[in-house]
Amino acid sequence: MKKRKPISTGSEWTFELIQQYDQEIARVAKHYGLDTYPNQIEIITSEQMMDAYSSVGMPLNYNHWSFGKQFVSTEQQYKRGQMGLAYEIVINSNPCISYLMEENTMTMQALVIAHACYGHNSFFKGNYLFRTWTDASAIIDYLLFAKNYIAKCEERHGVDAVEQMLDSCHALMNYGVNRYLRPQPVTPEEEKNRLLDREEYIQRHLNQLWNTIPKKDQVKENKAFRFPKDPEENLLYFIEKNAPLLEPWQREIVRIVRKIAQYYYPQRQTQVMNEGWACFWHYTLLNHLHDEGLVTDGFIMEFLHSHTSVIYQPPFDSPYFNGINPYALGYGMMRDIRRICEKPTNEDYKWFPDIAGSDWNETLQHAMRNYKDESFILQYLSPHMIRELKLFTITDNSTLSTMQISAIHDEEGYQKVRENLAASYNIGNREPNIQVYNVNIRGDRSLTLRHYMHNEQPLGDDADEVLKHLHQLWGFDVHLESVSPEGEIIDEFHCPPRPRAEEVA
Amino acid sequence: MSYIIDRRLNAKKKSTVNRQRFLRRYKKHIKRAVEEAVNTRSIRDIDQGGEVSIPNKDISEPVFHHGNGGVRQRVFPGNKEFVVGDEIKRPEGGGGGGSGQGKASNQGEGEDEFTFQINQEEFLDFMFEDLELPNMIKKQLRDATSFEVRRAGFTSVGSPDKLNVVRSLRAANARRIALSGKERRKIRELKAEIKTLEGLLPNPDALTQINALNEEIKALNKRIKRMPFIDEFDLKYNNLVRTPVPSSKAVMFCVMDVSGSMTQSIKDIAKRFFILLYLFLTRSYKKIEVVFVRHHTHAKEVDEEEFFYSRETGGTIVSSALNLSADIIQERYPPGDWNIYVAQASDGDNWDGDSHICREVLEHRILPLVQYFAYVEITTGPHQNLWLEYEQIREKFGDTFAMQTIVEPADIYPVFRKLFEKKE
Repeated sequence: MKKRKPISTGSEWTFELIQQYDQEIARVAKHYGLDTYPNQIEIITSEQMMDAYSSVGMPLNYNHWSFGKQFVSTEQQYKRGQMGLAYEIVINSNPCISYLMEENTMTMQALVIAHACYGHNSFFKGNYLFRTWTDASAIIDYLLFAKNYIAKCEERHGVDAVEQMLDSCHALMNYGVNRYLRPQPVTPEEEKNRLLDREEYIQRHLNQLWNTIPKKDQVKENKAFRFPKDPEENLLYFIEKNAPLLEPWQREIVRIVRKIAQYYYPQRQTQVMNEGWACFWHYTLLNHLHDEGLVTDGFIMEFLHSHTSVIYQPPFDSPYFNGINPYALGYGMMRDIRRICEKPTNEDYKWFPDIAGSDWNETLQHAMRNYKDESFILQYLSPHMIRELKLFTITDNSTLSTMQISAIHDEEGYQKVRENLAASYNIGNREPNIQVYNVNIRGDRSLTLRHYMHNEQPLGDDADEVLKHLHQLWGFDVHLESVSPEGEIIDEFHCPPRPRAEEVA
Repeated sequence: MSYIIDRRLNAKKKSTVNRQRFLRRYKKHIKRAVEEAVNTRSIRDIDQGGEVSIPNKDISEPVFHHGNGGVRQRVFPGNKEFVVGDEIKRPEGGGGGGSGQGKASNQGEGEDEFTFQINQEEFLDFMFEDLELPNMIKKQLRDATSFEVRRAGFTSVGSPDKLNVVRSLRAANARRIALSGKERRKIRELKAEIKTLEGLLPNPDALTQINALNEEIKALNKRIKRMPFIDEFDLKYNNLVRTPVPSSKAVMFCVMDVSGSMTQSIKDIAKRFFILLYLFLTRSYKKIEVVFVRHHTHAKEVDEEEFFYSRETGGTIVSSALNLSADIIQERYPPGDWNIYVAQASDGDNWDGDSHICREVLEHRILPLVQYFAYVEITTGPHQNLWLEYEQIREKFGDTFAMQTIVEPADIYPVFRKLFEKKE
């Protein structure tokens, strides 16, 4: 290959250099067939980075004290040197916005451009979860709408009332997503137009539901009638549509929180893949530039230094251990898939007959588009990777006095470790499964939720606090029952609280 | 194609509102922390901002999560010696949070206190919240000594240096448009007439008529041109008025007993009290002077160093200090110009025959002139006759006179709050 003159040799960056690097990286990315949204690269200061941190990475958001708390603690930690700030933040929007910090060296800026503007960006555009659940072209407009709407509510109904509402919604934010239903994309204009219709419709619909004037044919109705007919997993959605006492603006706030939760839902399910993908591509793209002679050896050394520290996985007994590093796992698996395609071993032919020896780029693209963390690991975690990370499973059964090692990186263990690791990325296992079970429509209007227990794990001690928030939204009594797979009620929570069964007896 | 944008000059304080919301929500907690800080800090940095700690559990946001118990299978990296079937002891404290996605780690590990910085201004805000300076009358000066020049619109008379060019030209333009209206309308009509005549053109009659009309238009245009471009009548001047400003000057008298009975620790308490008052005054007044008056049997005006640190012995005659203060007020701080605050600290000792004189001096020479007189008695013993005399004054001058007892340093801030709490 013809050696070309390197783009830059110093560590200082300039706008011209960033532009040149971006052009070169874009060229190489295109060569590998990465499909991206257009990029918008913004240079910001560390203070602005802290601002971005505390509004969950968004360029704008409504005001709430919890963002302030986040900001205050980030600021404190940063000033004391307890943490460094991320080199970049990237937003799933169209155009894809990436923030670069002005403190970075030229090498770091190039790394971030390759990582965020081409790695993450193509993931946002390609992965099926992002394609179904988020609308990259509308999110900024929607946030603007939300910010203005909430500011207007604060003017009209007071900061305290709105804050209370948001607190309650935030407590249930993780239960504001549809896991199985697929949404239809809506533009912000439609959203605005639908706002009024919705307010009117809901009030009418509600009145119907809570209508106390008996109808004649209702007498014959089945005694075991339940509302909703099928359990509802999206608690915020259920409240928005059915809570009897909420005012229209309060319903809209519930909706806003729910929509934003839904927007983040894919990110929570694809962390390993997303970071792995981005790391894989910044590595591949920058090495390609190095091969062409466009970057210096010094550049590649500096790059490798930060690359290796990002993808380092400390062992479980290290003081730095903080769970499995998604960067390490994701990057490792992406590299491993490429290896399986390019240099398959006999083991690989046995485990991955479909992909062993196939075109690596195509295989990776396919994996990126059609999987989330859970299914990705279940499908692609190879024995080779398990051996490399020396993964093992600990079974912790609270009824026994010790914990057991139930699988390690050997022939019998591969399958098991793979399943266990995949399961730990299943949001359904990570968070308690709580659904709306019944509303006592004819009686005291109380709302009953059911917690379907997974592996006999009980609810944490925040449950009572969360129920208070739910009570706030629903307006009438709220009950929560923990149910074993056999349908037996193991534990109960009530708001307003009731004396526990033992105490009564 | 990528866009590269430099955002570094954009507004930085995007999080300010959220931060304030946070402070507002945890006001009670922060206030408690500030209170503690005020009592424990050294005098020098009492007004600095500082760290505030709030128990973590008070500010956590609850979410549903799994509690301890049940069956869990967790995958870890870095196996060294384990084989299947090994049993290991359960680590203390539940073993951290699952896959370690960080963020909402509800269990252990984190610190118990949420600690953060507030700056000096916020610190003082919390320190002096709900307090007010009593009788803070904005001194509207009758014999006005301080004025402020303010803009007050425009006038049509004035000196040339105050000429407002934009306004003047705008007026001139308006005048020209208004006064030439008739001529311009005429011109428009004539032009329309010409147009109709042009339709008949080969006709020689029409031609002569057109020429006549053109002449007329020319004459009219000349008349418009003759209109003056700018007229005396157009000139507008900036109007400036002098308004008397309320005085924002205050003087604070620190009066302290330095007789033998006052130990260094009592003086320290007094000093803290004076500093609090000083900080409080700085929030209301731009300029503050402090006068230090100390006394045993004689009173003397001194500088700060001497006031707090030199020791004297001897008896105590409080009225000497009050008289001296009154003299200083008369000499240097006319009550028309100055807001006057007096703070007196003492251990309560006084020569018996002097206490009623104190009362008289206060009643006649001081209280009519001052905004507020605060007396703190730093003592563990019973009150003596000075306190009893002062109690009579309090009954008479309830809104300008206040007194409290301080027993130990922890009382300083609460007592201060009591002295300056908002009255209905």
